[in-house]
Amino acid sequence: MACVFRYDKTFEGLLTCVFHAYNRRQFPERLLDLQEPAGLFDDEVLEVLTDEALAGRVWQGVARLVRGEFMRGITSCWLSELPGVDELLFRYLRKLFDTKGRSVYNLADADVLACSQLWKKVSNECTRVIQFTRFQKTADGIYFSALAPIYNVYPLALHYFTDRFADQPWLVYDARRSYGYYYDGKGEVQEVRFAETIEPHLPKEKLAEGEELYQQLWQSYFKTIAIKERLNPRLHRQQLPARFWAYLTEKSPKFS
Amino acid sequence: MTDEVLKKLQVLAESAKYDVSCASSGTSRSHRVGAVGSAAGWGICHSFAEDGRCISLLKIMLTNYCKYDCAYCINRVSNDIPRATLSVRELVELTMEFYRRNYIEGLFLSSGVVRSPDYTMERLVRVAKDLREVHHFNGYIHLKSIPGASRELVNEAGRYADRLSVNIEIPNETSLKLLAPDKDFQQVFTPMRYIQQGVLQQAEERKHFRHAPRFAPAGQSTQMIIGATPDTDRDVLRLSSALYRRPTMKRVYYSGYIHVNTYDTRLPAMRQAPLVRENRLYQADWLLRFYEFKVDEIVDDAMPNLDLEIDPKLAWALRHPEYFPVDVNRADYEQLLRVPGIGVKSAKMILVSRRFAPLSSEQLKKMGVVMKKARYFITCRELPFRTIQELSPAFVRHQLTRTKKTDERQLILTFED
Ligand code: SF4
Repeated sequence: MACVFRYDKTFEGLLTCVFHAYNRRQFPERLLDLQEPAGLFDDEVLEVLTDEALAGRVWQGVARLVRGEFMRGITSCWLSELPGVDELLFRYLRKLFDTKGRSVYNLADADVLACSQLWKKVSNECTRVIQFTRFQKTADGIYFSALAPIYNVYPLALHYFTDRFADQPWLVYDARRSYGYYYDGKGEVQEVRFAETIEPHLPKEKLAEGEELYQQLWQSYFKTIAIKERLNPRLHRQQLPARFWAYLTEKSPKFS
Repeated sequence: MTDEVLKKLQVLAESAKYDVSCASSGTSRSHRVGAVGSAAGWGICHSFAEDGRCISLLKIMLTNYCKYDCAYCINRVSNDIPRATLSVRELVELTMEFYRRNYIEGLFLSSGVVRSPDYTMERLVRVAKDLREVHHFNGYIHLKSIPGASRELVNEAGRYADRLSVNIEIPNETSLKLLAPDKDFQQVFTPMRYIQQGVLQQAEERKHFRHAPRFAPAGQSTQMIIGATPDTDRDVLRLSSALYRRPTMKRVYYSGYIHVNTYDTRLPAMRQAPLVRENRLYQADWLLRFYEFKVDEIVDDAMPNLDLEIDPKLAWALRHPEYFPVDVNRADYEQLLRVPGIGVKSAKMILVSRRFAPLSSEQLKKMGVVMKKARYFITCRELPFRTIQELSPAFVRHQLTRTKKTDERQLILTFED
């Protein structure tokens, strides 16, 4: 008999679904949004109420079976926000529990392989955010940067910023998802959202004194350092994808 | 900071750019209270220049004035080029401000030789010392040790830098003397030895005192210019492999010679840097460090130079058909590594995945095995392919080289370590 679960499409919700599936020994064919209508042949529909405590138990269960990096892999996949990723992760988690964790190494399994490839893609994007963040110092002393990553990777990249820029206030902003993190320069991180759209480069009047000179210094360093006997535009584009250019100080048309 | 610094930065970056060792890897250090920054261990590239090279560090010279006259260098004393010198303060400020904006991982500093090696070295060390002690800079510092600098200064440099390097430049002493009359191997190998002693001694001290001062925790590196002299790839690779046997040598960089001083007749007139050769050398270097190859397996008396048409691992496989086919479901790690088209990552994936069920070619492909190449050298669950045994090396070579030429420069390994 085919059954489907409905839940709120949060990560905790997904883990709660896993809990109920094992508890009832009933594994859903589909995971639907709370609003989504069930299909014609779905005989049984279960509404799952997200429960932090149950989700926590499932997550601890995962922690007992696999190394931490795989847990990061699971959250990374989730943050891809791709349609259907919840069903993929559900199958992945089920295999994980059924094999006592051994399945995560079985890359010959289509779901395990799909997760591992997605994990790789998301962590590549996370790396790019770490690489290509360019802070502009604002008049009020905050280092500001915006990017538009294809996956929701700022939560994964956050530890890099808090570690490296621990003694300066900064704000990193996801322009695609319209939210960001503000750090006060002392240890507190806080999620922020702005109503207005954020431009990649701040206007002159918002910048700290001397900021434009540093941008100019960086841009001219960037131009000078390329060896013209070896120019390789194809490789350049491959490594520095064009979708980031609008946000990069060195690629901004400002000073040229 | 003024506009004048902008001019200096351009001149000095221009002068420093031919030095290839940009990697900032080898040290992992997280934030400390009261300090600025961290070192990421895996060498973050913050940007990529238009030549496709990784920009990780602010690569710059303290000054491009130089009293020496090395034939292959744009900064040689006989060249009429714009010269500039940054003050220690300017350089420190540039580094800190770039770092705070996430432009860079740290600083890679070198210098032309002014007055004496020690005079120059002392100023390099001062930059590093100011960064660490005045500005509590916790990011990456790579200092290029000046050939001929004293042990005291090299030791002091090691206290502040993550990595030190001394460039060999020319893989053979006779050629070196011809092209760089002021230099000899002694001046290069002596500081290398100081660095090694410093690192090893410090490691020993750390065993007893956890807080013993650090010494170039990312070891040392060096660079050779390729194509400026008639030295063969075998000469180059033998030297590299001898260097890698030293416990602190982390990377040897190869820099395709760029004909910057066209008037100097001691140098070959080359229109284009030997990029393919440089790339093949990096691949061979890779085989030495991660694939357990020996130099003699890659190049020998009969073939002292690398095959430019195919990569060195494939070249080895074609010379050794008796080794193949390898059964991916049985072979051990070393055997898998020898298969063209299987890399370190896919070899490891094969080992963990085949415990569940024998692997098929479809699965191998998904794990990143380049089947176009590997098919001639393996057997797997179903593989009906004909291998090098039935097809002959010449045929396989023909198959793998006749496809449309890809741009070799795509393969350049930019920042792995
Ligand atoms: S000593 Fe260094 S900077 Fe001076 S000419 Fe020789 S290679 Fe160039």
